[in-house]
Amino acid sequence: MSGTHEHGHHHREPESVLSLRVRALESLLVEKKLVSSEAIDRVVATYEQDIGPHNGAKVVARAWVDPAYRARLLADGTAAIEELGFGGVDLQVVENTPGVHNLVVCTLCSCYPHALIGLPPVWYKSFEYRSRAVREPRVVLREFGVDLPESTEIRIWDSSAELRYLVLPERPAGTERLGEAELAKLVTRDAMIGVAVVKPPAAAAR
Amino acid sequence: MDAVPSREIADMKGAAALPRKNGELVFDEAWQGRIFGMTVAMSHDACFAWRDFQSHLIDEIGHAEREGESSTYYERWLHAFEQLLADKGLLDAVALDERTREFESGRRDDVF
Repeated sequence: MSGTHEHGHHHREPESVLSLRVRALESLLVEKKLVSSEAIDRVVATYEQDIGPHNGAKVVARAWVDPAYRARLLADGTAAIEELGFGGVDLQVVENTPGVHNLVVCTLCSCYPHALIGLPPVWYKSFEYRSRAVREPRVVLREFGVDLPESTEIRIWDSSAELRYLVLPERPAGTERLGEAELAKLVTRDAMIGVAVVKPPAAAAR
Repeated sequence: MDAVPSREIADMKGAAALPRKNGELVFDEAWQGRIFGMTVAMSHDACFAWRDFQSHLIDEIGHAEREGESSTYYERWLHAFEQLLADKGLLDAVALDERTREFESGRRDDVF
């Protein structure tokens, strides 16, 4: 995401008025030494990488491609995420399988594994989700677009300040050829909370 | 420079809340990332307090909503940022107009 160091873009549409104005603004502020283009690059990179579910998605993708890592992750989530450089949270990872679907909630407040999946969505903190996820999870999941067969067992995990949960979603069919980085792009925040399933690439692109 | 996002910025609420998709920040065009980065970098360097910018942003959004403007979130952000810089005496509006025309006409093509 660097808009400043591009040259020779004749093939593009004319630059928008807003884009020109922002370039002019950056140029003036850099000239006055109030900011540097490198500092702007760093801020954008930091906020793009550290806000959102990137880290959790990396953990999930690793578990999908590396059975030994998956086993360590399920046995001791806290230690396994530290292997990838993520930490600061006691974590238990719960695995979705064809017969079991896991759903994470925090009935008391809004405990959430920030370090892995960013900031919690507004609905996660709502009284409605917190109460209904426990009382009628199947209905709540259907409202999120996840229609599970009656035979699927739903397990609810109530987060606390001491222990956070992360759902390890099922790897979608048709992704055998994808590498770890490509797989990570398919993994959504909602899938790691348990209110969505991970869709194969064709469906995810829609 | 902080190595981690500031909660004060990331957690802005209501109309000022940063546009997101799947929890991640969304910049529809490159310039939106630039103006975001400029504002955050300057607040990290203590050119102004974040709450000063935030109150300008909320005012700008409120104004645009009342006037029924179709401007986007980051357009409003840009206006709020320009206003804040002018208030702090850090930017001359005439100089910005002139510089914008230089980029527009191709007389100037890069920041440096």
